[in-house]
Amino acid sequence: MMSPPDTGDRPPGAAAGTSSQSGLAAALTPVLTVAVSLLGLCLLWGLAAHAWPSRAFPGPGQVWQVLLAEAANGDLFYHLGATLGRVAAAYVVAMVVGSLIGVLLGSHRSADRFFAPWVVLFLNIPALVVIVLAYIWFGLNEAAAIGAVAVNKIPNVVVTMREGARALDPTYAEMAAVYRFGLLDRIRHVLLPQLQPYLAAASRSGIALIWKIVLVVELLGRSNGVGFQIYLYFQLFDVAAILAYTLAFVAVMLVIELLVVQPVERHATRWRRRPA
Amino acid sequence: MQPVGAAVPLRVDIAEKTFRSAQGVSITALQDLSFEVRQGEFACLLGPSGCGKTTTLRILLGLDKDFSGSFHLPEGGSDRIAAVFQEPVLLPWRTVEQNVRLALPKSLRTKNLDGLFDTLGLAGMRSLYPAELSLGLARRAALARAFATEPAVLFLDEPFASLDERTAERLRHLLLTVWSARPTTALMVTHNLREALMLSDRIIVLAQRPAHVLGMFDVRLPRHYRNPQVMSDLLRSFQQKFPGVA
Ligand SMILES: Nc1ncnc2c1ncn2[C@@H]1O[C@H](COP(=O)(O)OP(=O)(O)OP(=O)(O)O)[C@@H](O)[C@H]1O
Ligand SMILES: [Mg+2]
Repeated sequence: MMSPPDTGDRPPGAAAGTSSQSGLAAALTPVLTVAVSLLGLCLLWGLAAHAWPSRAFPGPGQVWQVLLAEAANGDLFYHLGATLGRVAAAYVVAMVVGSLIGVLLGSHRSADRFFAPWVVLFLNIPALVVIVLAYIWFGLNEAAAIGAVAVNKIPNVVVTMREGARALDPTYAEMAAVYRFGLLDRIRHVLLPQLQPYLAAASRSGIALIWKIVLVVELLGRSNGVGFQIYLYFQLFDVAAILAYTLAFVAVMLVIELLVVQPVERHATRWRRRPA
Repeated sequence: MQPVGAAVPLRVDIAEKTFRSAQGVSITALQDLSFEVRQGEFACLLGPSGCGKTTTLRILLGLDKDFSGSFHLPEGGSDRIAAVFQEPVLLPWRTVEQNVRLALPKSLRTKNLDGLFDTLGLAGMRSLYPAELSLGLARRAALARAFATEPAVLFLDEPFASLDERTAERLRHLLLTVWSARPTTALMVTHNLREALMLSDRIIVLAQRPAHVLGMFDVRLPRHYRNPQVMSDLLRSFQQKFPGVA
């Protein structure tokens, strides 16, 4: 096997190693790059905080101290859990409702023509308006909070899943009809695998959007969660705590991405990989 | 004995099938098309490309209901039908074996498929995904799926199209082997006369579009007598009866 020309971004040892060693190096390089990059950001942040010392701009060390304290007294996990629960609930509601509507619109042209303006309308209603109206109409309760977040996300899911339904290959449905597949088999083995890339796309953009909206919902009308804490520390002008909660939640979402989203996706697309 | 009606499992009487294209042009694909396929008979629909063979099969498979006329498939008992489409149409996200088993009715889901896979030379490929198969292997998998369901009527739409001649010939023999193990009423579409003469009991010859039956050609000879010498005799008598076809 020919080795590619050395581009100079690898240590010389790796370039000269056997193929298995360079394979390991190739696998480690992206991880190392991310680690070094994040470390660099921390360093820059620390230097900047050192240069302009201010209560409004704490360094990474201070934030870490707050994080440890909040973790030790259990507050961190309580509020992270509350927010995570809302994110999960809103995600499930938005994906299920949005997928159903999207697939129906994508497979019925006349319904699509009629409802398309509704979708555009809902796409353009600001998240804040939906949240405020939900709290006014349904009260300051959990259902209103989760519903408001879901309603904000549903139009996006509808648009993506409508594309997915339009791209369905009718020959598979015809095969399933000839061999008299049951309804469940059709959904599980014919419909969902074809929609999988669209589900994955909607999920990805969904989680990112949903957790940001959940913070706003918590700030406006809940008495726990990361959003509530951020609002609390905003009133106390405690920037270190605000950053501690934000970073903790970003870290949780990254871990979910790595441990749940990516493995699920790899499993769902295993049939695409063909041995060389 | 079976009642007389049951002796003809497939009776087709399509008065007309017209397509309307997007520009409003209408194309009559089938007109006064009627024929029968007898119990346990392997029949071939032979006609020029574009004459309406696939259209006929789609109607019989219940995939196209916009036509005038009628057809009868066997009723009661095992009224399952199976189809081998012009393309293999395997679910790319399921393995070969899963593709076959998914097509089976609940009562057969767990049945032993070793014999069938062995006969079709798919024994080592049960756990492969369709993307890992060549076209010839994919077509074998489609045959396995059709035969596994133990259908009352089997429909095949040019199952050997776009294969090289050697592969096609091997697959024809494989088809005959599986079919002979359990002779099923079958209707195969082809525009290959040699293939029709080799495989079928009866050839239903279709005219150019709009398709209708030009005539029947019975091949009464048992299949294992159809050696090259006999085949060229058959070919000659077919051409005498249908000059200008193929
Ligand atoms: N969906 C459709 N809309 C309009 N015309 C169609 C449609 N499907 C088929 N036709 C027309 O009907 C005629 C018959 O088509 P069909 O696919 O049945 O031919 P065929 O005999 O199977 O041909 P081949 O041997 O090439 O597969 C063709 O002339 C085709 O143009
Ligand atoms: Mg055809």
